[in-house]
Amino acid sequence: MEECLLEINHLKSYFFTRKGVSPAVDDVSLRVPRGKIVGIVGESGCGKSMTAKSVMDLLKYPGRIAGGTILLEGRDLTKLGSRERRKIRGEDISMIFQEPMTSLNPVVKVGKQVREAILVHQKVDRTEAKNRVLEVFRQVGISEPEKRYECYPHELSGGLRQRVMIAMAMVCKPKLLIADEPTTALDVTIEAQILKLIKELCKNSGMSCLLISHNLGVIAQMCDYVYVMYAGKIVEQGDVFTLFDHPAHPYTKGLLASIIRLDEQRERLSTIPGVVPNLMHLPKGCAFCNRCPESSARCETERPELYELREGHASRCFGSLESEASHE
Amino acid sequence: MAKNIGRRVLQTLLVLFCVSLAIFILLRIVPGDAITTMMGEHADAETIARLTAEMDLDKPFYVQFWTYLKDICTGNFGTSYTLHKPVTELLAAAFPNTVKLALIAAAIAWMIGILCGVVAAVTKDGILDRLFMGFSLFGVSIPVFMVAMVLQYLIAYRLGWVSISGVEKWTGFILPAVALGWNSAGSIARLTRSTLVEVLQEDYIDTAKAKGLGRPAVIFLHALRNAMLPVITMMALQISSLLSGAVITETIFSINGIGRLAVDAITSRDIPLLQGTVLFTTVIVILGNLVADCLYTVLDPRIRKGA
Ligand SMILES: Nc1ncnc2c1ncn2[C@@H]1O[C@H](COP(=O)(O)OP(=O)(O)OP(=O)(O)O)[C@@H](O)[C@H]1O
Ligand SMILES: [Mg+2]
Repeated sequence: MEECLLEINHLKSYFFTRKGVSPAVDDVSLRVPRGKIVGIVGESGCGKSMTAKSVMDLLKYPGRIAGGTILLEGRDLTKLGSRERRKIRGEDISMIFQEPMTSLNPVVKVGKQVREAILVHQKVDRTEAKNRVLEVFRQVGISEPEKRYECYPHELSGGLRQRVMIAMAMVCKPKLLIADEPTTALDVTIEAQILKLIKELCKNSGMSCLLISHNLGVIAQMCDYVYVMYAGKIVEQGDVFTLFDHPAHPYTKGLLASIIRLDEQRERLSTIPGVVPNLMHLPKGCAFCNRCPESSARCETERPELYELREGHASRCFGSLESEASHE
Repeated sequence: MAKNIGRRVLQTLLVLFCVSLAIFILLRIVPGDAITTMMGEHADAETIARLTAEMDLDKPFYVQFWTYLKDICTGNFGTSYTLHKPVTELLAAAFPNTVKLALIAAAIAWMIGILCGVVAAVTKDGILDRLFMGFSLFGVSIPVFMVAMVLQYLIAYRLGWVSISGVEKWTGFILPAVALGWNSAGSIARLTRSTLVEVLQEDYIDTAKAKGLGRPAVIFLHALRNAMLPVITMMALQISSLLSGAVITETIFSINGIGRLAVDAITSRDIPLLQGTVLFTTVIVILGNLVADCLYTVLDPRIRKGA
């Protein structure tokens, strides 16, 4: 196995609400090797952002990490004090958010917002920092960087703002970039540009990336390794080729069936019927069982584990375990 | 930008004109006769006639108004009927006291208000939050005169820490300023808390934290600046309530300020003096709003271009 940069083990991030405990992230383990792009995919509300925010220590009350470890180069982030944790944010790990429209402070010039990221972590003077910002602006494809530096967020388009966010994330040369649906709010052409940019930046700087998306197309195009999440749990994991060619979990199959293929003529776009169960009232058995076309009696009473099917490919489904057994 | 300022100045002039017209009309339809007020009941007919002519009181309305406008534009507010001094001089003597009182009151109120609001917001639902918010509710719901009298009784009379009234010594301003600022502090604290709590939920706060900024930097550099926008509007509105509150506080604490001058002018039907005080106060309120607008423009770049 390649050298591992980020290793999340049995992470539990729960919301302790008045009505009960909501396990938004339940026993999630994942690994991000150095220099690789790892994807998390799943429907809305399955806990993708909460996983990312747990790593960044950005969970909001009443949410908090209830168990597990988050190792960055072997150091457990959950055990660090807030000061050390803060040093890691922005310097070792940085994050791009879903909504470029609202993730920049509306009353501060974008250049200054990016410059701030340098000034927190490094002892450089303001002009030096500004030059670095301009350089990164050029790197992420912002034309006329000097002019943009003085702009306020409302003066920039969504695509440009997301480039500013990427510049902010890149400016301290982090080891890991967490991109939480970086292109969901953008239109298709801009999406392609931004994704290309992220991929290039990773390749050129050796940075790892944890890319979150609900769009399997994006994941296929970008990632080396993929985790599929459902209702707070990882339901399938595997490298991108295995996952797309031999999906094992019915949920992954459903997701794959629901993406539009341009080379195929289909009467109807297939969707997964039913809705995600309420996290506070999960069924006794498999969480996907009420929507699963392949469910059996066992699925309703027993919770499947994540079964390793072959090296690096695992699925949380009794069915995939059985079919794998029959293959051999 | 220049166009904006030009428009604001025009607006201000228009408001001033309307206010002066309103004051002029109002003060002329109230009962009571200027000459009688001035000369007492025993003035003889000849004197009355002479004074009426001298003061243009026999001329038609618009002539009087024109003279009045010309006068106030040149800073001539006439002579007080009762105090027999130029109104400008009286205003100049009273103004520093009112300014000191209002400024100290505003400084205390806004500082305490914002501080409590910030602390309450960052300790949301905690003990300090509940304590401050309970206290501020108390603050907004008790009238100025009540606070003034309670403070006067407890701190000046019972404890004897400061003098009961008068502002010969600097400390004399403390109690009236606290009494005057009391309500303002309460509402500023509540508004600061609610806007800050809202702002702290915004995505860009996560961005700021993700950069590695510490909590104070996140709150003061990123959150507070956004949260202050509505607070500044409220501060501008409070300037007028501080000035009207000054009427009460100045009377209770016997401070020789604009507020008390206005009260005296009303009770003695001293029309030039009343005109002077009201116009003067109006100008201050308008200027306060102007300053708030400018501040707003500085703080919020979206307005700078938009409006
Ligand atoms: N304040 C909260 N209180 C209780 N539960 C919450 C709270 N915030 C989020 N959750 C729960 O956390 C779960 C995971 O949310 P998360 O934001 O991680 O979803 P996501 O996978 O990022 O979805 P999306 O694609 O919409 O961004 C949600 O299903 C929600 O029920
Ligand atoms: Mg999300």
